[in-house]
Amino acid sequence: MNGVCEVNAENASWGRELKILGGFAAVFVFLFFLPVGVPRFDNALKEGLELAKWYAQEHVMLCLIPALFIAGGISAFVNQASVMRYLGPKANKGIAYGVASVSGTILAVCSCTVLPLFGGIWMRGAGLGPATAFLYSGPAINVLAIVMTARILGIELGTARAIGAVVFSVVVGLAMHFVFRREEQAKAEAAAEMPESEVRRPLWQNVLFFAAMVGLLVFANWSKPAEPTGLWATIHAWKWPVAGAFATGLAVALGLWFGFKWRELALAALPVALLSFAFPHEPLIPFIVGCAGLAVLCARNPGEGREWLDATWTLTKQIFPLLIGGVFVSGILLGRPGHEALIPSEWVSQSVGGNSFLANFFSSIVGAFMYFATLTEVPILQGLIGSGMGKGPALALLLAGPALSLPSMLVLRSIMGTKKLLVYVSLVVVMATLSGWIYGALF
Amino acid sequence: MQLLVIGPGCARCKTLVQFTEQAVKELGLTAEINKVTDLKQIMALGVMMTPALAVNGTIKVVGKVPSIPEIKSLLTQAAEAEKAVK
Repeated sequence: MNGVCEVNAENASWGRELKILGGFAAVFVFLFFLPVGVPRFDNALKEGLELAKWYAQEHVMLCLIPALFIAGGISAFVNQASVMRYLGPKANKGIAYGVASVSGTILAVCSCTVLPLFGGIWMRGAGLGPATAFLYSGPAINVLAIVMTARILGIELGTARAIGAVVFSVVVGLAMHFVFRREEQAKAEAAAEMPESEVRRPLWQNVLFFAAMVGLLVFANWSKPAEPTGLWATIHAWKWPVAGAFATGLAVALGLWFGFKWRELALAALPVALLSFAFPHEPLIPFIVGCAGLAVLCARNPGEGREWLDATWTLTKQIFPLLIGGVFVSGILLGRPGHEALIPSEWVSQSVGGNSFLANFFSSIVGAFMYFATLTEVPILQGLIGSGMGKGPALALLLAGPALSLPSMLVLRSIMGTKKLLVYVSLVVVMATLSGWIYGALF
Repeated sequence: MQLLVIGPGCARCKTLVQFTEQAVKELGLTAEINKVTDLKQIMALGVMMTPALAVNGTIKVVGKVPSIPEIKSLLTQAAEAEKAVK
């Protein structure tokens, strides 16, 4: 009796129920036509899993975790107000471009703040040129992206990406300023709200703190060279003692300047030291224990320790699911280097192989419109390069991809207007194409 | 008391809303919490770094998510300022 009564009561919920039915129908149709048994499809699924496993085994621990701590540290400790000073209305315009092009790392660790910052710098700060430089560089030189690019796609591409993004953003900013120079920017009377100035420790202490973590990151990830002799190989042989030295430096910095208790630091360091002697060929074990120890220590230090952990954890929650998702999609669509998946590698090498101008251009356009969630460009590019994409078009995609997408273009249009948006997008595509073409020719 | 949480709606902005609601509840204040997510409005308020928090029309926190104790002290100050005016 109850069921019959309810049917007559709620007509408004039929729309919702129909949507659920539609969802079930879509899943059913998808499963009905699933080409399981077709070799390319089965292989693609396997490639997705294989790629995910490779990432888990090779990269996540040693590379992503320190990079997350570094990015979290930047978010929590770097004095943003002092950076913003160089982007305000009274700032020296020349310096503003330089600062805008690199400050994305510091100011825009949370990507959602890029657009308000762009608007603020444009309307109430240094102007359209520096604002555009920031708009481009913010997403492009994010710490995690550069680190992962260098690690997975090679140090050449990682460095090219970082340098390209910085140089590029200044050029694009200057170009925007030039094209729209006749517009008078009516500066608002009210000053923009700047973040509070928190001077907790002198700059050199911050520098050493970050240097210790960067050193740990670099040496822990020092790759094995092809030749067994030479400088690179020697460094590789000593990488773990050196990384350990940097880790000790980090512990000392935390004790001296961040208020961490020496006894707790020693207690956290002890298992790491013991495990590195117990398992000299499995550095992953003491490394993980060390990271866990650091997290626990941070949690026990209210104030800066906990702020650091919070910032790091917030980033981790955003990034880890996206990265894993990106890896799966890349594996299923493109496969590991040298393996076939859903997209045949001939398509890739024909459209973006080699270093022709057209390949670079095509790559830039696709990158500009395609949406890349944070860090997903790395596995996707890895798949593309493995399927035959040239190095030049790869750089073009890296420079045009993360900074722009069709959704972000629509939002930008509502802030800057269609004309400025078109100029901006054209500038990005042209610069990405040229940079890729030059890089592909030189390397 | 009028509270504005300013930000386009990412995870940090949502955390700020939660923390603010918690702080209001713990202090037992009557406060209206509104969210400003439209970019034009955010820019018009002069906020460059999100998330930001405004109390009774004055922007108090910019560019970070303050802890609940910090929010509570801001709210307490604002409540006392309100009482002084009355």
